Amino acid sequence: MTKILEVNDLHISFHTFSGEVQAIRGVNFDLNKGETLAIVGESGSGKSVTSKAIMRLLPESNSDIKSGEILFEGKDLTKLSDKAMQKVRGKDISMIFQDPMTSLNPTMTIGKQIIEPIVKHQKLSKAAARKRAIEILELVGIANPEVRFNQYPHQFSGGMRQRVVIAIALACNPKVLIADEPTTALDVTIQAQILELMKDLQKKIDTSIIFITHDLGVVANVADRVAVMYGGKIVEIGTVDEVFYNPQHPYTWGLISSMPTLDTEDEELYAIPGTPPNLLHPPKGDAFAPRNEYAMKIDLEEQPPMFKVSDTHYAATWLLHPDAPKVEPPLAVQRRQRQFLDIKEGK
Amino acid sequence: MASNEKLVEIKNLKQYFNIGKPNEVRAVDDISFDIFKGETLGLVGESGCGKSTTGRTIIRLYDATDGEVIFNGVDVHGKKKKQELKDFNRKMQMIFQDPQASLNPRMKVSDIIAEGIDIHGLAKTKEERMNRVVELLETVGLNKEHANRYPHEFSGGQRQRIGIARALAVEPEFIIADEPISALDVSIQAQVVNLMKKLQKEKGLTYLFIAHDLSMVKYISDRIGVMYFGKLVELAPADELYNNPIHPYTQSLLSAIPLPDPNYERNRKRKTYNPKVHNYSEGDNVQFREIKPGHFVQCSEKEFEQYKAQYK
Repeated sequence: MTKILEVNDLHISFHTFSGEVQAIRGVNFDLNKGETLAIVGESGSGKSVTSKAIMRLLPESNSDIKSGEILFEGKDLTKLSDKAMQKVRGKDISMIFQDPMTSLNPTMTIGKQIIEPIVKHQKLSKAAARKRAIEILELVGIANPEVRFNQYPHQFSGGMRQRVVIAIALACNPKVLIADEPTTALDVTIQAQILELMKDLQKKIDTSIIFITHDLGVVANVADRVAVMYGGKIVEIGTVDEVFYNPQHPYTWGLISSMPTLDTEDEELYAIPGTPPNLLHPPKGDAFAPRNEYAMKIDLEEQPPMFKVSDTHYAATWLLHPDAPKVEPPLAVQRRQRQFLDIKEGK
Repeated sequence: MASNEKLVEIKNLKQYFNIGKPNEVRAVDDISFDIFKGETLGLVGESGCGKSTTGRTIIRLYDATDGEVIFNGVDVHGKKKKQELKDFNRKMQMIFQDPQASLNPRMKVSDIIAEGIDIHGLAKTKEERMNRVVELLETVGLNKEHANRYPHEFSGGQRQRIGIARALAVEPEFIIADEPISALDVSIQAQVVNLMKKLQKEKGLTYLFIAHDLSMVKYISDRIGVMYFGKLVELAPADELYNNPIHPYTQSLLSAIPLPDPNYERNRKRKTYNPKVHNYSEGDNVQFREIKPGHFVQCSEKEFEQYKAQYK
């Protein structure tokens, strides 16, 4: 597997009136060619900031990439000039945003909006670009592309608009596609269509996808690997099976047991107590410690490093330290771990 | 738990917008169902299917175009005296989707919660009013320091708790919750759902829970109704609906829910729904029919026989 994108020890802060908000506090991950990496976490955990940093879309006036690098095919994106970055953005790396209503320009026909990146990056003539745009519209499943080409965003339904946004993002066959909650604003049936479409297109043009969401069901559907973020850090990363069936971090345990599956019976739903940390004054130790019933003394004092669970699976919790006491994860997680053993044996 | 006593009866309810104009919308088109005392009835469907409009029409935020909503034996709609309306408003309350937009940013939390108490004269002295507010805040897991703050000082989950406290302030019997958790984070959703369940147990509340997150709806509801284009297409006890969905739309909706289980997701077969499969012709008497005790499906007579045969 070749790495296409590497994020190393990224730190990002925002300067606000009340002080410095340390939104990202040391994020590391790789993205392999052709894979889908899902980043999950609650709002404020830093998943969108990470993705915007890769696209260099953070506001320059108050944000600051304090340290770290984002390597795309060996180039450090944090050091590129604005002009050089413009050549990458939309061509090699492109992005799908959450709300298809606000990410399209209401005063331009969708055709024009799709042609924009094609003309800019591929230097095609207008006529050739138009042909290509119609091809893409067809690819993302829009009927009558010739007619639709000249229509405005308000003439499309929510799901159709998101298809148009995907068409724009894919117009130049990007190597990396960042999808920031692309289906959150859509209905389940439309969501299922869009997810199928994205998986299908990924096979056709072999892009790598970073998929940001807080819906674990969607993650289970699309992801090859999963990174769980909390308080500006990745607390657990692994293949989708490892994270869903053999989670190690108490935060992942909490996330997984707080979602009812269709066979959750009448037992009370597990709720993670408390609220996310305030990153204006990030806690000294593990950011999750105050909400963590398994927290030990060391959690309050020192941040845990990433412990290796398997070659692909890492988690940042002191519970994995050889000296840590053995704890029983919540019932829902134990059930999943048994499932994990079955799956392993099945293979 | 749910009893057999009907608290709300909805009979042939219709809510049309822009009547008589070319852009007439039949948001709710002739639906009928009952809500029993103490139960949670979940209402699901895609956006635009009329589920929120149904909720809003039941509580009289919209005047119904036609049909009846009978609450405790009295029709909610139609001309009402002031006092009647007031009594009714006290018994039925609503929790809204967006806790940011549904709380007045210029009012203190104590005033937001006490507004209903003031209107209905439920507290005689200032002290009593404040005690009541503190009690409510504690019921929903906040504390009395929160009473003098403004909504913007709270997180989304806390704001939704304030919304719930406000609904509880007038001691209602029936609460309509319109997507109360959709705007919240996963870890906070569980907190709010647990709170709603706890309150139901303690106070014997009846809920109409409107949502599109089907796994959460299944978890909280006793019975679930599925809406499609202004019609109720299926209504059944929660387990029954998930195990034996009969209407093709329900089947397609259920097959589209992503579950947090990668193995299941890999093997998922999605069904699509095409309204044409019914092949209804004119004169087909398409009605809401009971296939099995408590399990209703919108179907024609022919389909009714088919579904019933399938069942055995």
